[in-house]
Amino acid sequence: MNILVQLTYLISAVLFIVGIKKLNRTQEARQGNTLSSVAMLLAILATITYVEALTLPEILACIVIGGAIGLIWARKVEMTQMPEMVAIFNGFGGAASFLVAMSDYWTRAVEQPDLSTDLVTLISILLSVLIGGVTFTGSLAAYGKLSGKISGNAIVFGGQHLLNLVLLIVTIVCGVMVSLEIDLVTAMLVLAAISLVLGVLVVIPIGGADMPVVISLLNSYSGMAACTTGFVLNNSVLIVTGALVGASGIILTQIMCKAMNRSLVSVLLGGFGATSGAAAAAGGGSEMVIKEVGVEEAAMIFDSASSVIVVPGYGMAVAQAQHVVREMMDLLEKKGVNVRFAIHPVAGRMPGHMNVLLAESNVPYDKLIEMEEINDDFSNTDVVLVVGANDVVNPAARTNPASPIFGMPILNADKARTVIVSKRSMAAGYAGIENELFGYDNCLMLFGDAKSTLTKMVGELKEM
Amino acid sequence: MTLENFIFLLYILVLASYCGFELISKVPPTLHTPLMSASNAISGITIVGAILCVREGEISKYLGMLALVLATINVVGGYAVTDRMLQMFKKKKA
Repeated sequence: MNILVQLTYLISAVLFIVGIKKLNRTQEARQGNTLSSVAMLLAILATITYVEALTLPEILACIVIGGAIGLIWARKVEMTQMPEMVAIFNGFGGAASFLVAMSDYWTRAVEQPDLSTDLVTLISILLSVLIGGVTFTGSLAAYGKLSGKISGNAIVFGGQHLLNLVLLIVTIVCGVMVSLEIDLVTAMLVLAAISLVLGVLVVIPIGGADMPVVISLLNSYSGMAACTTGFVLNNSVLIVTGALVGASGIILTQIMCKAMNRSLVSVLLGGFGATSGAAAAAGGGSEMVIKEVGVEEAAMIFDSASSVIVVPGYGMAVAQAQHVVREMMDLLEKKGVNVRFAIHPVAGRMPGHMNVLLAESNVPYDKLIEMEEINDDFSNTDVVLVVGANDVVNPAARTNPASPIFGMPILNADKARTVIVSKRSMAAGYAGIENELFGYDNCLMLFGDAKSTLTKMVGELKEM
Repeated sequence: MTLENFIFLLYILVLASYCGFELISKVPPTLHTPLMSASNAISGITIVGAILCVREGEISKYLGMLALVLATINVVGGYAVTDRMLQMFKKKKA
């Protein structure tokens, strides 16, 4: 390959790394993203000069079509829908790796059989097809679950793990056959088909609450797929960038697992919804005594507070209450109240989702405090407002070893002087379990749709 | 690919992964969603692969072109939406 092309790849690899480094600081993040896109552009331009069989108009046509679809999608998407979008884009990345590897295989096995193919390349092709295929359909399944097109619950059936195992063995057998004899096209097609089926099978048993883990993991797979494609084509820039993405996905997966106190293995085996449902049924006999609070009274409590922490959950975004929460923050701050937001790592449906939702409604990012940093402050806080969050403030995670969420790190909202919970009804949270907090002496329930009750409360506050 | 070449690529993989782990573990949780959509866009580097994989022949060409379209959606959409998100992150007005 041309030395100039190689050098451009090197520059673009460096720019990718610098771009990611800039993502470490909120002020520079946007610049980092721009650098990274410049790196991408450089890599693509360098490649175009080297191209053999595709003509320039063909390449441009593909890029214009893809670019237009991507751009429109990115402009239109609601911030609440980010997880779906990331999931489906991941799927496209995986599909691209799958197709590139299939295309390369087809050239080598059918169209130009005299081309010599060594074992390393062949194994890379097989891995690229397998990982790319699983990423593709797995991401589509995740997209379906997140967007509500298919049931978000864990879909489990008898013999599921056995079926996966059998499919995996068939895949390995096919892989070995193809790597020994490249002409075995049928074996290759079987392998490709199974990889697509496996993607769906590994994602459907995973319950809604675990989706943040799944999208992080699929993100990592799409990076690994790009990496294996790099080995297929003997291309270093693909390997560098694929490795960066792979690492990013793995780190986010670990963070999400830790935040939910779940091991990756148990997430992947799935069926969380099923087990906790049984536990909830068993503990359903206990009746909690809860205290209700009205809008006026709640407004008075906030008015006399000097420090407030808001604990937002995905329910807040569903009710579209984030704007009125921000309005409340502005109002209270004018009255000299210190207002902050406590962000649990799994608030929202993907890593960091809540921060984006609040940023969209103009909450400054220095108001959003991570769990570890804010947890000790709850005990000297006057009022905590829990909006649309449930499991992340359930003290059972600390105290009740029988609870399915026992051991999960939670926000210590219960330690505050007063806790006001804005909630539609007494229904259980994502994990399907009762929240002990609601029965505590310092906890007041503000029932009703978060948006309308909080809007009324803001109205009361304005008059005070 | 020669064995030597393979080992060389393996070096790149290991070093780049290490670099990735070091850098990304320092990204603050506030930015995890943009990080994810940005890395998503980066994984669309397969565009390069899609352009290179096509040599001759009908089927391999169509597969490559389809890969090119999908990877471009991934790249352009990913960067655009990341930019849109990062634009919203504002510090408190002093």
